[in-house]
Amino acid sequence: MTMLRLEGVTANYGHLRALEEMSLSLDEGDILAVLGANGAGKSTLLSLISGELKPSNGRIFFNDVDITHLDPFQRVRKGIALVPEGRHLFASLTVEENLLVGGSTRRQGSWSLDAVYDLFPFIKERRRSRGGQLSGGEQQAVAIGRALMSNPALLLLDEVSLGLAPVIVRDLYGGLRAVANEGTTLLLVEQDLTEALGVASQVLCLLDGRVVLTGSPDSLSQSQMITAYFGDGESAHKSERS
Amino acid sequence: MVWTNAVVQGLLLGGLYALFSVGLSLMFGVMRFVNLAHGDFSVLAAYAAYVLVEHAGGTPLWTFAAVVPMAAVVGFFLQHFILDRALGAGELSPLLVTFGLSIFIESALQQGFGANNDSLFLGPLSYQSWKITNTLYLGRLEVIVFVVAVALISGLQLFLSRTQPGRLLRATADNPRAAALSGVNPRRVRALATAIALATVAVGGLFLAMRTSFTPTSGSNDLIFAFEAVIIGGLGSLWGTLLGGLILGVAQTVGSQINPADGILAGHLVFLAVLAYRPQGILAARNAAL
Ligand SMILES: Nc1ncnc2c1ncn2[C@@H]1O[C@H](COP(=O)(O)OP(=O)(O)OP(=O)(O)O)[C@@H](O)[C@H]1O
Ligand SMILES: [Mg+2]
Repeated sequence: MTMLRLEGVTANYGHLRALEEMSLSLDEGDILAVLGANGAGKSTLLSLISGELKPSNGRIFFNDVDITHLDPFQRVRKGIALVPEGRHLFASLTVEENLLVGGSTRRQGSWSLDAVYDLFPFIKERRRSRGGQLSGGEQQAVAIGRALMSNPALLLLDEVSLGLAPVIVRDLYGGLRAVANEGTTLLLVEQDLTEALGVASQVLCLLDGRVVLTGSPDSLSQSQMITAYFGDGESAHKSERS
Repeated sequence: MVWTNAVVQGLLLGGLYALFSVGLSLMFGVMRFVNLAHGDFSVLAAYAAYVLVEHAGGTPLWTFAAVVPMAAVVGFFLQHFILDRALGAGELSPLLVTFGLSIFIESALQQGFGANNDSLFLGPLSYQSWKITNTLYLGRLEVIVFVVAVALISGLQLFLSRTQPGRLLRATADNPRAAALSGVNPRRVRALATAIALATVAVGGLFLAMRTSFTPTSGSNDLIFAFEAVIIGGLGSLWGTLLGGLILGVAQTVGSQINPADGILAGHLVFLAVLAYRPQGILAARNAAL
């Protein structure tokens, strides 16, 4: 069953067009990896789905309900949670309080403090520490845990691995695999291809605000993806756009 | 001994100032603007109590039960119908709107009550005191006000740190974007903050009206004291606000002891000194937003 559907969605920041006529459909249980270079529009896509950015054109459906005009907090209550780029923990709140705030929607589901601590045992011993005192990896685990506490049906993740050591990234992705196995639909934005392609059931490549490639990870060749990622020789160095 | 007396009286007064400050600091923490009508709401509460006593009689003490919940309700609707709109219209808007509100409240009160001093008289409680030593007397009312103020601030701090609504408030003050992404309704949180702010400043307004007197325009002074206490103590926790109130109170009474006309000035000087040498305030928590 289709869980998330974008129909011809266009997003602008002032005069800058960040996403152009984007259409996308995601089934329950899918794990979609969205790849693309800096500025390709990956975070913009997540902002549109989480509700932080409203499209200038097009519509967004979640479980066949039009959610185009819902605010972020309302979408969380419908089952869409975002782990934002840069993690954005509540720095002055403890780890446990961060998680409890995430659980404030009281959506039905199996996630609880204990379940999150089971998923990422290394944050349990830090549960009384403040968000601002954690290492990057711990912060990322708490950010994921906080999103899970709302029992999302669709979990959006923006650059989970950014700036983290490979060991930690492996732990985090181990956790995400477990989350996916419970049936949660994942949409992950990544620049780290190895980890993302390891879990993904589908891949979508963005280039300059457009979808340039989709498919399953096995069906796509390395060269196809590299071209999609960097564009042809022309646009490879065209990071400034009008 | 006169100095001990000045300090003790200052502490008692400071507890009341802190009560004026908590709401200002709470609203600033959640919405990042200074409510310029904050002091006027304390005066509005005092007049509400005044009118209630005139019509229904009895001691002004009972009016707490009516005025404080009323203030909370007013705060809720003020946020919902006025401040939320102003917040959506840019950074300067809430300042302008609350400034306008302040002028409106003051002139409306002037229309209704004239420009004279009024007071909520409590009978003997207003002048009875406990004798501690030959030179140190503690006014009963002053002590009661102080104890209630400290208890209220402690209770509020407990509410913020221990309950789920309190956590959501702190989370929103800390990172509004992350709070919304965690499913917290920002409008609900803002309305809660303003309701608490108006309820606490109403308590302060009634106490001040019982301790001294009030006029339609005395809210502007209350706002300045509240603001100074917040800055002296430092944003970050209500304990900072309490400390700021106490320091301001002591500065004023010790200043008056030096020269009776200079009490208020001494308070301003301490405020300026803190601004110059420790702009984050004396007790600013390391990385706390509330
Ligand atoms: N708030 C904003 N205001 C103006 N322009 C923006 C804003 N956010 C993003 N952009 C622009 O929109 C385009 C897409 O940005 P987006 O953040 O979606 O890219 P991204 O793929 O997430 O990049 P990165 O890998 O660096 O995170 C870029 O050109 C970026 O400069
Ligand atoms: Mg991004």
